[in-house]
Amino acid sequence: MTSVETLSSGPLFGLPLPDLWFGLLFVIFATFLFLDGFDFGVGVLFATREDAAEREQFLAAIGPFWDGNEVWLVVFGGALFAAFPPVYANLFSRHYLLMFAILGALLLRGLAPEMYEQRHDERWQRWWGRAFVAGSLATPFFLGLFTANWLLGSTALVTLPGVLVGLTVVTLTVVDGVAFLRLKTRGDLRADLQADGYRALAAYLVLVVATLLGVYLLEPGLRGRLRSPLVLGLVGLTLVFAAGYALATRRDRYYLAFVAAAGLVFTLVAVVASLLYPSVDPATGLTVEAAVVPTLSLNLMSIGAALLLPLVFVYFVVLYSAFSGPIEAGESY
Amino acid sequence: MVDPVIASRLQFALTTIVHIVFPVVSMGLAPFLIYFTWKDIRTGEPVYEQLRRFWTRIFAVSFVVGTVTGIVLEFEFGTNFAAFATTAGPLFGGPLAVEGMMAFMLEATFLGVFVFGRERVGDALYMASAVAVGLGTWLSAVWILVANSWMQMPRGYEMVTRNGEQVIHLVDPIAAYANPRFFWMFVHMQNASVESVSLAMAGLSAYFVFRHHVWERPVDHVTFWETTLKIAVVGLLITAPLQVFHGDLYARHVYETQPQKFAAMEAVWETDSYVPEYLIAFPTSVESLLDPRAKEIFGIGIPGGASWLASGGDPQATIRGLEEFEGPQPPVAIVFWSFRIMVALGFWFVTLAFWSGYRWFRGELFADDLLHKALMTSAPLGVFAVELGWVVTEVGRQPWIIQGVMKTSEGVSPGLTGAEATATLVGFAAAYLGLLTLYGYVITRLIRAGPPDRADLVTTAPTEPADSEVAADD
Repeated sequence: MTSVETLSSGPLFGLPLPDLWFGLLFVIFATFLFLDGFDFGVGVLFATREDAAEREQFLAAIGPFWDGNEVWLVVFGGALFAAFPPVYANLFSRHYLLMFAILGALLLRGLAPEMYEQRHDERWQRWWGRAFVAGSLATPFFLGLFTANWLLGSTALVTLPGVLVGLTVVTLTVVDGVAFLRLKTRGDLRADLQADGYRALAAYLVLVVATLLGVYLLEPGLRGRLRSPLVLGLVGLTLVFAAGYALATRRDRYYLAFVAAAGLVFTLVAVVASLLYPSVDPATGLTVEAAVVPTLSLNLMSIGAALLLPLVFVYFVVLYSAFSGPIEAGESY
Repeated sequence: MVDPVIASRLQFALTTIVHIVFPVVSMGLAPFLIYFTWKDIRTGEPVYEQLRRFWTRIFAVSFVVGTVTGIVLEFEFGTNFAAFATTAGPLFGGPLAVEGMMAFMLEATFLGVFVFGRERVGDALYMASAVAVGLGTWLSAVWILVANSWMQMPRGYEMVTRNGEQVIHLVDPIAAYANPRFFWMFVHMQNASVESVSLAMAGLSAYFVFRHHVWERPVDHVTFWETTLKIAVVGLLITAPLQVFHGDLYARHVYETQPQKFAAMEAVWETDSYVPEYLIAFPTSVESLLDPRAKEIFGIGIPGGASWLASGGDPQATIRGLEEFEGPQPPVAIVFWSFRIMVALGFWFVTLAFWSGYRWFRGELFADDLLHKALMTSAPLGVFAVELGWVVTEVGRQPWIIQGVMKTSEGVSPGLTGAEATATLVGFAAAYLGLLTLYGYVITRLIRAGPPDRADLVTTAPTEPADSEVAADD
């Protein structure tokens, strides 16, 4: 057992813990965006289906998963608070109304499927179906807006790059949602979804280009970074994943398409992280070093995370393998 | 336009008051669900499957609402109490992050298996998922209470200036996180949750048992409701006396560590010894209703009772009055009355427990209609008592957000405007009212639909609107 004195004197094993936590934070955020992202995508695609049985299948597909997926957002909030408290405080209070918009959208999105299944009359389901779609559209849009405001250090609620990033994230969740639904459905429905996947992917790529151009033109401060090899490499990687997604979708390699969707999400988040670093909050000028908690707290949290995150990984393996493959007839939300 | 400090405090109070209902239901139901699942797997008796499936539905709905309201609560530290988050973050953020990783993850992932997986996974994994969900709900409370108990009894830290701000640095994790207050809070809260759920179960099943045995009206699933009543009475017999017992020890701990809160609980303004404990207390005037002072209350009290309870046996013990503490005082009326009503309810629950136990012992549990009526009216009172307990805990430590270290008014986000805070306060008041209405509506429907029969396992959704009374398969 390491004593408190050793724990507070220096970083564990001499690791660059502040930077690792910065990275971990974005890994957690990307995991959330990928996992809950397909829930949002399913919610958006829900609007394209009129058939009650198909809608039922969409809900059954995310039923066992969405709660666990959403916890990644809670973990992100907790990790940001624990590792970089001034950033958590400044960022959340600065974007006060936006944070509450996200919370409101999440509330609607979480509640709607539960309510939808409570009654089987048409009016009730029509309205909760709409609420589900609205929440699933609004949450990723606001999250994108929030991320852009964070990155650009903007204090305005709505900015053009913010709106572009918001729309980008929405299309990305649809790409993700299609990949997931094609794992969980069969037959005609699965075939139908192929076209949705292509359209969403095309829209995503167009929006990525538009966003990059928009940021390049409107934010001179970021130009140098946008031209950096790391960012250019990540943009290249996006194209590779997009091609992989399209090819895998065409050849009905469902798992590969799902992995490619994950790749798209992680590279997008990596672009954001690499544009930020070494700053964690451009609006206040706080860098990783200035914002991170003192050594003792950081060491304790690192031990906690090192022990707990592998366990969490095991939980998700158990959950996803218990419900692997297409949903069976009669399974409902 | 409301002042941002007041609006933030009201909003936080509102979100916690609404949120706490759902963790209480989850934490309280958890041991019952583990028991039902175990009995279902071991005996295969239909009644246990019914119990498991029925109460799992209630749990699942409560968990969803608990999740969405809980995220709000976590984020409010950043949005509304940014100054607190910056100052206390290096010590306070850790438990919240660990709660997410250790408890919430466990609960949310295995809830997926538990709710949807009976036909998908084997008995062992299914049983393990029930235990994991239960463990997750309880561990959640552990970390939240670790954080909260530190706010009540801050230790193991030092104040350091960083980036031009006074910040709390953790220096002794054992002192900070293994806080003696944590023990009392945890025991009292967990027991209260199980007690509250036992009361709700008892009240609900008493209604159907009463309908069947006393009113002789048709009731479906009589065995199911009778078994529920018996199990709830067992829960009550275990938890109700314990709650009073450690509640007393907890109050003594508050007397020693938060004298200002204790004085507010007893409305003692002037330091005194031989302070009576009022069992029944009426204010002598309208003013003392809003501003109660022990000396201006007409009551039937035990001489020296409060001193005796506070010190653990010495009726001459001194209780420090509120006037001894400088600066603003907690709103004494709220704390005083909340504490009184909570304690009275605690004793009422003990009475109910022994009354039910006695009737059961005599073989008359299903025949005593007065008992049934008492249980029915008491069904929501457990949750109500928990709310009052939290009011005593949180309002009682005002004006401090961190006892003796930081005032609540200093913890509010500096840039927050009254307009923003008022807008979200109004929005949340409306949203939470809607949420509670919906929750009540859904729970009522689930209860009216009753426990699912085996046939439900393969039933697809009925299409006729007339059949809408049948709730969805979970």
